[in-house]
Amino acid sequence: MSTEPDNKLDLLQGTLDTMVLQTLSTMGPLHGYGIARRIEQVSGNQVLLNQGTIYASLVRLQQRGWISADWGVSDNNRKAKFYSITKSGAKRLRVETAEWLRLSDVMSRVLNASATEEEK
Amino acid sequence: VIHAIRELQGRIVSFFRRRERDEDFEAELSANLEFMIEDNLRSGMAPEEARRMALVKLGGMQQTRELHRESRGLPAVDALLRDARYGFRSLRRDSSLAFMATLIIGIGVGASSIVFSVFNTVLLRPLPFEDPGALVWIANGRSKNLSSQTVQIVNLNELREGSRSFVEIAGYSPFYGIGDIRLTGDGEPERVTEVPVTERFFALLGVKPHLGRFFSSSDAQPNSPKTVVLSHGFWERRFKADARAVGQVISLDGKPATIIGVLPPSFDFATTFTPGGRADLFRPFPLSPENNKQGNTLALIGRLKSGSDLALAQAEATVVGNRIKSEIDKGARRNTFNPRLVPLRERVSGNFRYALTVLLGAVGFVMMLVCANLSNLLLVRATARQKEMAIRAALGAGRGQLIRQLLVESILLASAGAAVGLAIAFAGTELLSRIEGAAIPLLSQVRLDGTATTVTLLLAMLTGILFGVTPALQISATAPHAAMKEGSRGSTEGGVRRWLRPAFVVGEIAMVCVLLTGAGLLLRSLLRVLDVQLGFKVENVIALRIDPGPGYSTTTRKNQYFDNVLEVVRTIPGVNSAGLTDALPLSDNFGWRRWDARTERDSASDSRPRSPLVRMVDEAYFAAMEIPLRSGRVFTRTDNESSEAVMIVNEAMAKAFWPNGDAIGRSVTTGGTQRRIVGVVGGVRYFGLEQDSDAEMYMPIRQTGDFKVVDLVVKSALPPERIVSSIRDALRQMDPNLPATRFRTMRELVDNSVFPRRSVVLILAGFAGFGLVLASLGIYAVISYSVSQRKQEIGIRMALGASPSDLRALVLGETFGLTLVGVLIGVPAAWMAARTIQGLLFGVTLSDPLTHVAVLAVLAVVAGLAGYLPARRASALNPLEALRAD
Repeated sequence: MSTEPDNKLDLLQGTLDTMVLQTLSTMGPLHGYGIARRIEQVSGNQVLLNQGTIYASLVRLQQRGWISADWGVSDNNRKAKFYSITKSGAKRLRVETAEWLRLSDVMSRVLNASATEEEK
Repeated sequence: VIHAIRELQGRIVSFFRRRERDEDFEAELSANLEFMIEDNLRSGMAPEEARRMALVKLGGMQQTRELHRESRGLPAVDALLRDARYGFRSLRRDSSLAFMATLIIGIGVGASSIVFSVFNTVLLRPLPFEDPGALVWIANGRSKNLSSQTVQIVNLNELREGSRSFVEIAGYSPFYGIGDIRLTGDGEPERVTEVPVTERFFALLGVKPHLGRFFSSSDAQPNSPKTVVLSHGFWERRFKADARAVGQVISLDGKPATIIGVLPPSFDFATTFTPGGRADLFRPFPLSPENNKQGNTLALIGRLKSGSDLALAQAEATVVGNRIKSEIDKGARRNTFNPRLVPLRERVSGNFRYALTVLLGAVGFVMMLVCANLSNLLLVRATARQKEMAIRAALGAGRGQLIRQLLVESILLASAGAAVGLAIAFAGTELLSRIEGAAIPLLSQVRLDGTATTVTLLLAMLTGILFGVTPALQISATAPHAAMKEGSRGSTEGGVRRWLRPAFVVGEIAMVCVLLTGAGLLLRSLLRVLDVQLGFKVENVIALRIDPGPGYSTTTRKNQYFDNVLEVVRTIPGVNSAGLTDALPLSDNFGWRRWDARTERDSASDSRPRSPLVRMVDEAYFAAMEIPLRSGRVFTRTDNESSEAVMIVNEAMAKAFWPNGDAIGRSVTTGGTQRRIVGVVGGVRYFGLEQDSDAEMYMPIRQTGDFKVVDLVVKSALPPERIVSSIRDALRQMDPNLPATRFRTMRELVDNSVFPRRSVVLILAGFAGFGLVLASLGIYAVISYSVSQRKQEIGIRMALGASPSDLRALVLGETFGLTLVGVLIGVPAAWMAARTIQGLLFGVTLSDPLTHVAVLAVLAVVAGLAGYLPARRASALNPLEALRAD
């Protein structure tokens, strides 16, 4: 019944979208499960993904025009929907990556600074 | 930003392609699930386990689907639709309540919509002309008298030269009579109405011909062959909308005239400029020296230049008027010109602004009543649904969601009501636009247009929110555990809810009080108007146009014609008396004609002679109309062109000219003849029921050929159709070309004249009646509910020995208590509201005791009736059951 957005999910959404874009950018066209599996592997299984959320992310990215989807045939001859990154998606990914790097840089600097303060 | 717009687009598309997207996702999901299972199998799981783990990883199929839908579609709309579906089901379960509510809203909204449509057409919608805001009516002086509102041709020319504010000035000559012209030739001969207009009248208004063309400057020359333009209605009726009518030559008063064009249906001259009148044909009115000699002939309309304004135009016109006056003072022979400029809209419908605004105000009261009533109904329902709401709250629905659910339900009701209301409004406006001869301008143009539809729908939605909000707030405010407890046993209600519903009922009674008082005062006014001494008898009198045609040129021949007609008609069985007049009261004929009149005492040097109204009648007119003779004698057949010039005056004239009461035998010089007064008769209300009679002079129709219109007035107890067909047959034998098709009963003329007032009263009375029904429903509901809540108390009272009549008194007492509070609020409110309708009252004062007492009596009776049923139910309770009641 509840449709109110969950704060925790919100935070995850942004990051998940970027992860999906990055995955498609490096791996080329993939189907939904393939993307989820890849993210889990790359993150060293640190991200325990509720795979249902990946589809929400895919829909969103598609509607924003950052990825496109096509029905195709997988290695083992099964019909599946494959996603690939678009031009504007790649541009977006560059922006996001830059922002994330800046943010994590700032975060680690601030955290390190406070840590040294405490040690004194 | 671009991607946000793209996302919204995608969401909207997905929302409408739900099935397709669902299927697509289902396929994708099952494919991916297979991949996962295969992976799991490969890592050595048993098939069952592999499938289970895959599903766990996915976080559940159903949740995934939901999440997918939410992120691709419009979840808010989805939720609203879900609420609407739920609300629809829940209302269907309560179908009698839904039906009642729909009906109440429908009637309320429908009535409001009709009133608004009329208001919109008459006062708001631009007149059906090109850039109507720039059109200005140029009156001459302030008098209501037509000949002093019109302008002489020389003065028009002077205004055209002296004013730089106007693009153009054009006009029509209002001195035509309804049915003045005889159309003969193909088909039944008939009397038609021909309006003389200046050459560029239609061009000034921006009207384009439906067929053919309008007048050219050569058409408008004094001696050019006659051309006419047809009104759309007349073209449809007489020529069956045949395009070949244009170019045809028809015979008007025996002379040929060429039809050159047809007006579009959007241009209805009669309802715009002469409500209640008619206009079949238009002919050019030459601005010739010949027509100039006739004096004031033109009703003028000007079109302001863009950038010019009314005040400037008025100032320029005033200068022209003053210059003309100084020339007259120097001895110029021309009429005065006191220009008074008003926006055309003001002239067309300004008189109705007041009454229509009052009606719109009444609509406000009605809609508030509707809201109060429905709030009340929904509160009853809310009480019954407390448990449902409590369960939903307990299952995790937030307060906002409950309120939204309830508001969606009331808006659903309002939408159903709006549909009913629009249907009512459509039928109502359709009906109104077909009323003929009503003295309300533009009435034929009334329809449910886009504006009115929008306003109606908005009003319905607003109503839905307004009546839904209190119950919604109320019901959702209850904490779940309290609601479950409170509902579980028949305890009395606590807190706000206890006084909320009676408060609504008190409000309803107060509002009904206001509506009833307004309707009552106006009803009394209408009765007073209908009671007015018209000065003649209305019943059993019919009038038939029989003007002698152009063939009867001399007075002698005309008199012969009159003698023949009267002789034939008076021998028809059933005819009690038959007379002639050129100025039928309440009609549109030439009764406004005034002539200067001088007595022997008024020397010729007196520069301001008095000008009474002029009537030409025969000897039997007074008898047929039952106009009482006060002294002296009426005319005789021998008062003709060869006998002494005589006249009869009415009381008003006798009193004004000879205050000592010795009018008989005096001489008056008027119309170039000295006449001796032979009789004094009672006054007649010629212009309307609410306008006192003016000074009048009657002259024998046989002594002067100076009349335009002649009505045969017949008094007969037979039904009008029968007597008219006998008269028609008799006249046809005399002259087969005599068009005697249209007749009017005096009753019709009176009804047309009071139509606006009667409509206002009818509408207000309808509103008040509707309000009364709503209020009585409200009282009934509240008292019944209170009785059912107090069953135990009633049981105890019975056990303690209260008799059934005691109990009835108890319940009725509660009813009257409510009513009393309502009246205490309503009466002062009604007094204040009544002030706003003061200008509509006739012959009654605001404090009219009869009205106020009647309102109280009606309220008391209705309250008593509404309270009686629950009271009887209370007194008939079985005390044992009542005590056990839960």
